[in-house]
Amino acid sequence: MFEHAGRSADTKPKTSSPGLPLESRRSFLGVLLGLGSVFVGGLLSVPLIRFALFPILRRTTELKESPVGALTDFSSLTDPVMRTIQIEQVDGWRKAISEKAVYVTRDTQGQLRVLTSICPHLGCTVPWNKENGKFACPCHGAIFAPDGTRIAGPSLRGMDPLETSVRDGQLLVRFQYFRQLVPDREVIG
Amino acid sequence: MHSTLKNQGDASSPPQSGLWGWLNRRTGIDDLLRSALDEPIPGGARFAYIFGSGLLFIFISQVITGIFLALYYVPSADHAHTTVAYITKAVTAGSFLRSLHAYGASAMVVVLFLHLSQTFIYGSYKGRRELLWLSGCVLFALVLAMAFTGYLLPWDQRAYFATAVGTNAVSEVPWIGESIKRLMRGGTEMGTLTISRFFVAHVFFVPACIFALVASHIFLFRKAGAAGPVNEDPYQPEQKAELFYPRQVLMDLSLTALLIVGLGVLCFFVPVQLGPPANPADTQYVPRPEWYYLPIFQWLKYWHGSAAIIGVLVIPTLLVAAILALPFLDRSVERRPWKRPAAMGGYAFVVFMLLGLGLRSQYLDRHDPGVGQQLAKQNAEENEYARKPFEPELSSASLAAANVSLADPLAAKGKTIFEGQSCNACHGDGGVGTAAAPALIGIGKKLLPDQLAELFKYPTAKMNAGGMPPIDLPPDDLKALIAYVENLK
Repeated sequence: MFEHAGRSADTKPKTSSPGLPLESRRSFLGVLLGLGSVFVGGLLSVPLIRFALFPILRRTTELKESPVGALTDFSSLTDPVMRTIQIEQVDGWRKAISEKAVYVTRDTQGQLRVLTSICPHLGCTVPWNKENGKFACPCHGAIFAPDGTRIAGPSLRGMDPLETSVRDGQLLVRFQYFRQLVPDREVIG
Repeated sequence: MHSTLKNQGDASSPPQSGLWGWLNRRTGIDDLLRSALDEPIPGGARFAYIFGSGLLFIFISQVITGIFLALYYVPSADHAHTTVAYITKAVTAGSFLRSLHAYGASAMVVVLFLHLSQTFIYGSYKGRRELLWLSGCVLFALVLAMAFTGYLLPWDQRAYFATAVGTNAVSEVPWIGESIKRLMRGGTEMGTLTISRFFVAHVFFVPACIFALVASHIFLFRKAGAAGPVNEDPYQPEQKAELFYPRQVLMDLSLTALLIVGLGVLCFFVPVQLGPPANPADTQYVPRPEWYYLPIFQWLKYWHGSAAIIGVLVIPTLLVAAILALPFLDRSVERRPWKRPAAMGGYAFVVFMLLGLGLRSQYLDRHDPGVGQQLAKQNAEENEYARKPFEPELSSASLAAANVSLADPLAAKGKTIFEGQSCNACHGDGGVGTAAAPALIGIGKKLLPDQLAELFKYPTAKMNAGGMPPIDLPPDDLKALIAYVENLK
């Protein structure tokens, strides 16, 4: 790097001689350098943009599907059964694991259906009343049919069904929270 | 645009049209560019002068990559390592950007050394350039401070122990060393307050000082003018000058291009690794600082006990004082290195010592079987950790929930009752509390089981008003519920 260190400065110091050709040569070089800088700058900003856009292009918050049990467990299901599921909520670099109670039941067509146990009225856990064959909320007396349809009480809608899927003979459910006190189902984050 | 604007252009330049002309009339950007680019360089452009702008380029790159890294980084002992692992293993281009920032620090130290060496060897500190030299010296210290504070932030084993040693070394300073160490650490031990302090220093305090000093360094440089070659008069340059633009600009850009390509290739093919999270209880760990701190690290090994004051305080202070005072002590106009044997001898001695100490440290590590083995083991652990996929951190709320899945079967039964009776609807999962009702965690320390049973059966007026109903349960269930609530932690 210091190859010039020992050399004396009798080497060619050409100050820019005035005149138009040199000026235009200089400005042409300027444009070239400007374009080059824009190009290299653009190239360098590619990783920066990809880095910053990561949460937009990929899922960074995710509610994982939770296993409820083997399908065979529910083949002879008549009454709703309560199952505790573990839900894993991924949020960027952290995750939260919590437990929630859900009911596995059948809809009017006899298909398996999973209901959240959270009352759509004010959020109490709704127990299954075996004697009456109905869901009866202890807090404010909302009553629901075995498939979750609203029968009576202050709730404005029936119990909320959850999105289910089946993989390798396992019943999976995606747990969600729904807005309370409204007649139409509305998922909240 | 209004037609009268035409006449408002700069008097010295012909009126311009178009967007550029308008911009120029508003900002005077042409003059600004001209004064920036038409800086005269006595004796002409040279490759020896390229290091200053190279440093500026790396600094800007460090600022940009640093700002972007802060998009995901969290400065706390709980999360720092997880967030850096997230950047490295999960985020697109994260490993590349983090490597650019980490290797950029090393590149900065290298180019800074070259810049300083060029200034010293060329005698460019002479001729009314005392403040220029002093601001450069302070900038050198600030860059080293950036490297030191940034090193801790990933909070892995390597970072933690290197900083533990670094801050311990400070405590060797007589009288005030212990206090400085505590000030740096935010306490006697390293912990989350240490990260906060290092983070604030690294992203706010030191960069602000660097911005201010870079500005004054460039201002002072332009005020004094380029010093030119070694046979030039430092006060009154006599050699024919060449303007900064275009040849010197092109030479400067060649270093920038080299840095971009070099760092880019390095970061892409050999990304910086992240080791396992800091474990302060690891008594085996052999800490090693980053390569540019190895000479100091080795030097401090030689000074212990009563001699420490000489090695830790007297000699470094004298050295720093000599460096700072250089332009005041060395007043001759002679700049040719071969005519300045004392200065060049001193320079060679310091460089030789730094190099020797660094190599000695490496040599000792390689030839001490115990240390060598441990270092190899640490590297293997780092590689192993780097290969694992990213694992999100379990939030504290889930840990609370996990804590109450108790070993005690009675309390476990109580948990199902707690949830079955919708207690959690108001008191929260695991009794963490919500807006509707207070937390129950730790209630076992305040109320005995009998008192709790009484409250369950006959809630107070205040509880009633808040919506707490009396609990009517079979005695066994009530006992289980009480066992659970008493155990909430």
